[in-house]
Amino acid sequence: MTNAQMSQDNQSYTDADSREFLSFVLGEEHYALDIMSVKEIRGYEAVTKIANAPPFIKGVINLRGDIVPIVDLRLKFEVGEATYNEFTIVIMLNVAQRIVGIVVDGVSDVIRLTDEQIRPPPEFGVAFDSRYLLGLVPIEDHMVILVNIESLISSDELGLVDKQISASQE
Amino acid sequence: MSIDMEQFHGVFFDESQEHLDSMEQQLMELDLNHPDPEQLNSIFRAAHSIKGGSGIFGFDALTGLTHIMENLLDKARQGTTQLNEAMVNVLLETVDLLKKTLDTYKNKEEVDQQSIDAGIQTLELVLADESGLDASAETTDHDSDDIEGFGLFESDPPVDTADSSPESITDNVSGEVDDFGLVEQPKAAADEDGFGFFETMPMKPQDNNKAYGFHDKNVGNPNAKDKTSDASARATPSKNNPSQKVSEQPKKVAESASIRVDTGKIDSLVNLVGELVITQSMLAMIGSEVTGEIEDKLQTALAELQRNTREIQESVMSMRMLPISVTFNRFPRVVRDLSSKLGKKVDLQIEGGTTEIDKGMIEKLVDPLTHLVRNSIDHGIETVEQRLASGKSETGTVILRAEQRGGSIEISITDDGAGLNRERILSKAVENGLEHDSNMPDSQVWDLIFEAGFSTAVEVTDVSGRGVGMDVVRRNIEAIGGRIEIESSFGKGSVFRIHLPLTLAIVDGMCVSVGDQIFVVPLVNIVESIQPSKDQIKVISNDNLLWIREQYWPLIPLHKTMEIENAISEPDKAIVVLIESSKKRFALLVDALVGQQQVVIKSLEKHYKRVTGVAGATIMGDGGVAMILDVESLAGLVKPPSTESKKT
Repeated sequence: MTNAQMSQDNQSYTDADSREFLSFVLGEEHYALDIMSVKEIRGYEAVTKIANAPPFIKGVINLRGDIVPIVDLRLKFEVGEATYNEFTIVIMLNVAQRIVGIVVDGVSDVIRLTDEQIRPPPEFGVAFDSRYLLGLVPIEDHMVILVNIESLISSDELGLVDKQISASQE
Repeated sequence: MSIDMEQFHGVFFDESQEHLDSMEQQLMELDLNHPDPEQLNSIFRAAHSIKGGSGIFGFDALTGLTHIMENLLDKARQGTTQLNEAMVNVLLETVDLLKKTLDTYKNKEEVDQQSIDAGIQTLELVLADESGLDASAETTDHDSDDIEGFGLFESDPPVDTADSSPESITDNVSGEVDDFGLVEQPKAAADEDGFGFFETMPMKPQDNNKAYGFHDKNVGNPNAKDKTSDASARATPSKNNPSQKVSEQPKKVAESASIRVDTGKIDSLVNLVGELVITQSMLAMIGSEVTGEIEDKLQTALAELQRNTREIQESVMSMRMLPISVTFNRFPRVVRDLSSKLGKKVDLQIEGGTTEIDKGMIEKLVDPLTHLVRNSIDHGIETVEQRLASGKSETGTVILRAEQRGGSIEISITDDGAGLNRERILSKAVENGLEHDSNMPDSQVWDLIFEAGFSTAVEVTDVSGRGVGMDVVRRNIEAIGGRIEIESSFGKGSVFRIHLPLTLAIVDGMCVSVGDQIFVVPLVNIVESIQPSKDQIKVISNDNLLWIREQYWPLIPLHKTMEIENAISEPDKAIVVLIESSKKRFALLVDALVGQQQVVIKSLEKHYKRVTGVAGATIMGDGGVAMILDVESLAGLVKPPSTESKKT
């Protein structure tokens, strides 16, 4: 790809009908989220536990001075095995003026999708509640589930945000 | 053009506020029999600066008031008028009025012209008594007239009109103002009594300088020696002109050598330094693993880094610190007003005004301290007759003291008044249905007055006695991480002690380990740490109690509260930290003590939410996160002790 083409590509990102997604793996399933909400990707490191938190909230880490909660989506949605090794990946997200890390089994690719490619989500069949889904996309021989990460992170179900705060934001 | 002016308004408001504060303070300090000419000059200059500034910005109400105030002060400083108690009272009232008016301008509200007119009238009445002496005042030399102003307009071209007729000055002023677009309707402003000194003092051309203070040269000034003082005034565009008034309090000189910085910038600097401290301790940790020939070099460099980091941290933290006198200085006035209102004689002593305290806390201390001081005068100090009857001197003493004690600040308000009345407090507690016990120790009885809706004043006065306040006082103090305690003996007086942390950004903590996690307990709350023996542990309905020095302490196992596995659960194998919160005392079971250190408080709520029992988080030397315990909310986990204490 030439430089000219690349700048063309960057340009086209702003087009309403084409967006970039970061795809990741939870167990056997493929998911993707809007790349604009990704702050960085890093390895899993030891966390400090928080009292009275559900098991899928692993605890907090120090991200360059910010105390950031880490959520294991595998535990939350009961997919795959929640093992932690040097290959375990944490995607740091920047949503709703907060930083949250999510633990996934791996990050696979950045994919560019147009609105036409995205199929409406089914009512059942995936670990995520359909409220948190943007749609499904068939890619090659598998299916990628697009997650509305912002509504998932600020949902009561994850309990990452104090209720009155989330209420005032609405 | 008017928009351009807005940017200077903030500076004007800040400076005027400072001038008013210093005016008030100096008026209070003024010795009426032998007034210090320097002090009178400095009061005059403060009034003058406000007048000049308000004139430029078109705040006519301020200009009118300060103008006539300045006339009175001018006479006083030239010795043609002897200030008396009544005059000082009027001047203080004017200062209050000016403060109020300044606030209305600041909030862009409508000015209460009526009260301004009333204020001007009162001052005019005072002045009228002295009018016969006007003539002598007119001709007196004005040596410091031209040093005021804001120093904003240094580059203005000199205006050589000082020797012209008053009328042409007026023209010139408005013309100049027009050039710079400083006032929207300059002509009107000059015509009104906004600058109105032309009417009353037409023979003083230098007054032009006086009002604006931006002339570079004083051409035509009949007093040649003024030129030299002008030059020095120009050299230091600060409001207090230290070079000219060397004999002025040295403190003022130090103050004028400061710059205004947005607190947001300092806060972000504090945060960054916190990061630096953490990074530095990480480096030190990594450095200790290095061996071989670079080990020595690395260690030297790391030691250097550590020293520098600590120095940076200290100086950055000191930027946020202000002497507590900023708050204390308002109290002579409060005491003076209140004692004359109540017909009591009160002598206020202030000690430790130079104690430095975090700026954020200073602002939040004003209300509780004011309340406590008023309380001491109203409830504590007796009337003159009562005092004499009980064999005390007729003047009561209130001591306001601040001192630093280790990692915390102690502020105390001491009075030699009647002291707290145990019986009355208890009967009041019965009346108001507060939880009490007639055998309670004194300290717990005193604590009752902090309950909501409590007041022991026999009569409700407009000073105090409405029963709102002491509970608010305690809440305000707890909100800034402090606590308050009372010591009192009947007939002798009371002491209200406020303990505050040095700063809000850093806490002195004891690191304790539970399982594989570290927690930080604020040092101020720790009484002591012990390793209990088996026979000190008692069990009541599945809860442990610790028997120590003839007292039972409820025992909270931290590993249960924080849901931590692999912690030591047998109290006799672990460590118990005795903790005192403002409400309760309890013992905290932890695995071991790790060490004492200062930690930077980080918000947990920024990216997560509030956690019970946790005040915040901090970052340890290894980069890991440790929770800082919230002693007050942990105390809430202790079951009400009333049932247990009765059993024992």
